[in-house]
Amino acid sequence: MPPMALLDVDRLTTAFPIEGLVVPAVSGVSFTLNAGETLALVGESGCGKSLTALSILRLVDPPGRIVSGAVRLDGRDLLTLEEREMRAIRGRQIGLVLQEPMTALNPVYTVGSQIAEALEVHGLARGKAARARAIELLEAVRVPEPQRRVDEYPHQLSGGLRQRALIAAALACQPKLLIADEPTTALDVTIQGQILDLLRDLKARFGLALLLITHDLGVVAQTADRVAVMYAGRIVEEAPVRTLFRDPKHPYTRGLLASLPGQHGTRLRAIEGTVPRLGHIPAGCAFAPRCPSRFEPCGDLPALVPGTEGGQPVRCFLHHRVRETAATTVAIAG
Amino acid sequence: MALLDVRDLTKIYRQRRGLFGKATETRAVDRVSFSIEQGETFGLVGESGCGKTTTGRCILRLIEPSSGQVAFKGQDVLALDRRALRESRRHMQMVFQDPYSSLNPRMRVETIVEEPLVIHGIGTRTERAARVAELLGHVGLDPELRRRYPHEFSGGQRQRIGLARALALNPSLIIADEPVSALDVSIQAQVINLLVDLQARFALTYLLIAHDLRLVRHVCTRVAVMYGGRIVEMGTTEAVFERAEHAYTRALLSAVPRPDPDAPTVRLKLDRDAIRPGADLREIGPGHWAAV
Repeated sequence: MPPMALLDVDRLTTAFPIEGLVVPAVSGVSFTLNAGETLALVGESGCGKSLTALSILRLVDPPGRIVSGAVRLDGRDLLTLEEREMRAIRGRQIGLVLQEPMTALNPVYTVGSQIAEALEVHGLARGKAARARAIELLEAVRVPEPQRRVDEYPHQLSGGLRQRALIAAALACQPKLLIADEPTTALDVTIQGQILDLLRDLKARFGLALLLITHDLGVVAQTADRVAVMYAGRIVEEAPVRTLFRDPKHPYTRGLLASLPGQHGTRLRAIEGTVPRLGHIPAGCAFAPRCPSRFEPCGDLPALVPGTEGGQPVRCFLHHRVRETAATTVAIAG
Repeated sequence: MALLDVRDLTKIYRQRRGLFGKATETRAVDRVSFSIEQGETFGLVGESGCGKTTTGRCILRLIEPSSGQVAFKGQDVLALDRRALRESRRHMQMVFQDPYSSLNPRMRVETIVEEPLVIHGIGTRTERAARVAELLGHVGLDPELRRRYPHEFSGGQRQRIGLARALALNPSLIIADEPVSALDVSIQAQVINLLVDLQARFALTYLLIAHDLRLVRHVCTRVAVMYGGRIVEMGTTEAVFERAEHAYTRALLSAVPRPDPDAPTVRLKLDRDAIRPGADLREIGPGHWAAV
C-alpha cells in the first residue's frame, strides 16, 4: 500500500443554490498532496479552483455548501469535524495565503501583533515570546530589518513586504500544508519572482506541502511539481509539471498553452467562446462547445482516467480506448 | 513626421507632509521623450508606480502635465484650448484596463457606443444607429445585443464594447492602458487578435501601456521601459528583449516566469549601483537607446 498522502481530497462537491436547483461549482474533485510537494490548481476565473481551497478549509460562505466528498488530512476527514475542532486545524495545520496583501491584513494592528495572534490563538506562545517568534518569522521570510518592521502597520509596508508578512503569519504555527491562492497576482513581476523563490525555499526547509492556486502558467512552470487543470468545476487533466507542458492531452490544456503570447508577429491561437457561467454549464463535457476536436460522444461526461497510451489522467474521449464516462467509473467505485 | 511626438513630458505632484511640514515633490513622469510613427504599436512597459499610466493620461490631457511638449500630427496638444482639445481627442482615443468599471452600468450598449458621436454632433439618429451596429460588428459582437446593459456581458465582451466606443470617431491613435490584464488567458488571446485585426483594417496606431512583457513582446514593434518616472531603455522589440543594456531592463526581463518547466530561472537582482539616476538616453545601437 502506498504511504498515506498528507492531503487527500476525495470526490469533493461544493454547490450553490441557483433558481431552486443545487448547482455544483466544484464537482467531484479528487487529488492528493504529499509532504514537500507542490500541486498547482490551474484554471480561469470561475473554474472552481479557489472554491476548492475554501472547501478544504471549510470556509465556504453560505448559501454555498459542501455537498459531498471527503477532505482527509493525515487520514482524518475534516468534513466530519466539529467547527471547534476545525478551528484548531485552520492556521495550525493548514496555512492560507490570499491574493490581496492589503485586504488580508487588518489595517489597525501592527504586523507583529497579527503574526503573534496566530500563535496566541493556538496557545503556542504569548507576550514577549510571541513577539520574538514574530521577528524570527519575518526574518525567515526575508523581511529586512524585522526588529523595526514588526511594529509597523500594514500601510507602511510595500506590496511585496505585505505579502511576505502574510506568509510569515501563515507559517507562524508551522503548518504542514500551505494553501496559496494567487499569492503573486497582485504583485509586480520582480517582486513576484522573489516571493516564488521564497515559497520554494520554505518548502525545502520545512518540508511544507504547497497547494498553489493560480491562473498563470509561467508561475506554474517555475513552481509546481504536479498540475491539475480545472474547467467548469472539474479537473480535466492532472500530470507532473513537465508532462503537462511537453505533452498536454486535454484540448483545453492545449488551448491554454497555445494561447500564450510567444513569437512576435504570429497570430495567437485563442480558444473560441467564453467560460460557461455557473448554472449554464453544458451537460456532458463542459468544454465541448469551445472544443475544436469535439465529436459525437462529447454529449456524455468523460471520466478522468489515463489515456490510451497510458500517461496522465485526462477527462476526454479523444484519449479513451473505450468510452469511459464519469457515470460508469462512479458505478465501479461504488 | 511622427504621428505622436512626446518631448520632455513631466508631471510633478507636490505634497505637504502635515500642516507645517515641508512640501515634497514627486516626479511621476520625468522628462519622458519618444515618438510613434503611423501604424506602429509602441509598448510602454514597467512596474506599478513607474509612471506609464500617467504618461498615457498626460498625452490625452486627462491629467495636465507640468511641462513638456506633446505634438499630435504636428499640432501642439498642450497649447490647445478646451474646444480645440475636444476636436483633437476625436483622433486620439483611450481603452481602459477594467472592463467592469469603465462602462456606465446604467447605459445600454448602444448608448455607450453612440455617445462619442452625440458629443461631437455627428450624423442623424438613424445614421448613428447604423454606425453603432457597424461598430459592434467590427469588434465581433452581435448587433442584436445592442439593447443590453454591460452587466449582461462577460469581461472579454465588455472590452469589445469599449473598443467599439473608441473606434466610433475613426481615431488614428489608440492609447490602450492594460487592455487585457483583467481578462482570462483564453480571452486575452481573442482580444489581442482583435486589436491586431483592427489595426490592419483601420490603419490604427497603438500606444500600448502594459506590465505583461510576454504580451508586449508579442505585439509591439518598439518598446520603451520606464523606471522611476523615466524611460531607461527604448528600441525595437527585438533589441530591447534580446540585447537589453540597462540594469533595470535586464532584471525585469529575467523575472518573467517562462511557461516552460525546463527554462533556467536565473532571476537577476536589480543592481541599483549600476543605475545612474538622471542619466539621459544615449544611442547604443541602431534604433536602440539606454540610460547607461
